[in-house]
Amino acid sequence: MAEFSLPKNSKIQKGKYIKAEGATNVRKLKVYRWDPDTGDNPRTDTYEIDMDNCGPMVLDALNKVKNEIDTTLTYRRSCREGICGSCAMNIDGTNTLACTKAMKDCKDTVAIYPLPHLDVIKDLVPDLTHFYAQYASVQPWIQTDSVPLPDTERLQSIEDREKIDGLYECILCACCQTSCPSYWWNGDRYLGPAVLLQSYRFLADSRDEYTGERLEDLEDPFKVFRCHTIMSCTNTCPKGLNPGKAIAEIKKLIAERHAL
Amino acid sequence: MQYRTDTKNVKGLGTAKHGFGHWWMQRLTAVLMVPLGIWFVYSLMSMENLSADTLIMWLHNPVTAILMALWTVTVVYHAALGLQVIIEDYIHNKKRALFLLILLKITLFLMLIVTFFSLFKLVS
Repeated sequence: MAEFSLPKNSKIQKGKYIKAEGATNVRKLKVYRWDPDTGDNPRTDTYEIDMDNCGPMVLDALNKVKNEIDTTLTYRRSCREGICGSCAMNIDGTNTLACTKAMKDCKDTVAIYPLPHLDVIKDLVPDLTHFYAQYASVQPWIQTDSVPLPDTERLQSIEDREKIDGLYECILCACCQTSCPSYWWNGDRYLGPAVLLQSYRFLADSRDEYTGERLEDLEDPFKVFRCHTIMSCTNTCPKGLNPGKAIAEIKKLIAERHAL
Repeated sequence: MQYRTDTKNVKGLGTAKHGFGHWWMQRLTAVLMVPLGIWFVYSLMSMENLSADTLIMWLHNPVTAILMALWTVTVVYHAALGLQVIIEDYIHNKKRALFLLILLKITLFLMLIVTFFSLFKLVS
């Protein structure tokens, strides 16, 4: 059966509370902590943040904790402008990017957890290897049989180029992937919204010649058809994309293959 | 202990190359259930009473009997497809899932046979 409660060693305990001495404009971060080296259960530490000396985003607050309060706090971050997808985490119950989520849009105590239903490596760092292997399995690059002349490009009209708008912007942060209940229960076989959106990005590209092969490989009760149009993916996407629609388009293409 | 690459896990047993039929029939039966459901409920509500005699008289009309058979097939088919998905989604013990899937199919198939037999018996 599906598991509805956490196993004993995953139950989250109350952690430390660290005050910001002398600060007047205080917000709180409640952060999930787990250290693989201690064998302790995960816990949530709460840090008071002096907002007069902190940037506006949740990532700024996390950086402040890391730099000034607790250097052991572990999380991924890189570009701090919503283009690398590293700082994807669950903030106030929604998967999003810490760098584009403003503190003022959060509850007074900001609850921060790693992306749901993935193995945790440490603190806010989830194990994304299965996700990346799924991404690689849809062969996310343009594939062709025809060989263009060496001095020409593969032409694409403006209208055809517009068909991959809303698809090419995906940064693979895995927010949608890990927000999908169907991916939680059957993530071993279901490809998930992010991977399917990426797959559709190449199905929709007029220059790709492997549409048939791609669809053939996708038609499977689990790979695509575990999508039950729950739409959590579209709800949560920090880039405002619509993976739910991309999956529907894949289903439509498969229907077309079956002469419907 | 098992050593498997991530690619090995993802590729698994490969694609089944089906799944569209299931998805399509679930939608088709859902759409078909709308007019048939309205007809079924409306018919029952517009009867003077729901005694056995009234219902048997109602089923004697060949159009009613045929629509009734279609309604049952649609509902049972839709239920079979839907319940199958629930089992596949939530039961991860392979033996238990297989047992439930077989039980489900046999039960619903029996329901169809009972319906057809009853219709035939009541109408003839």
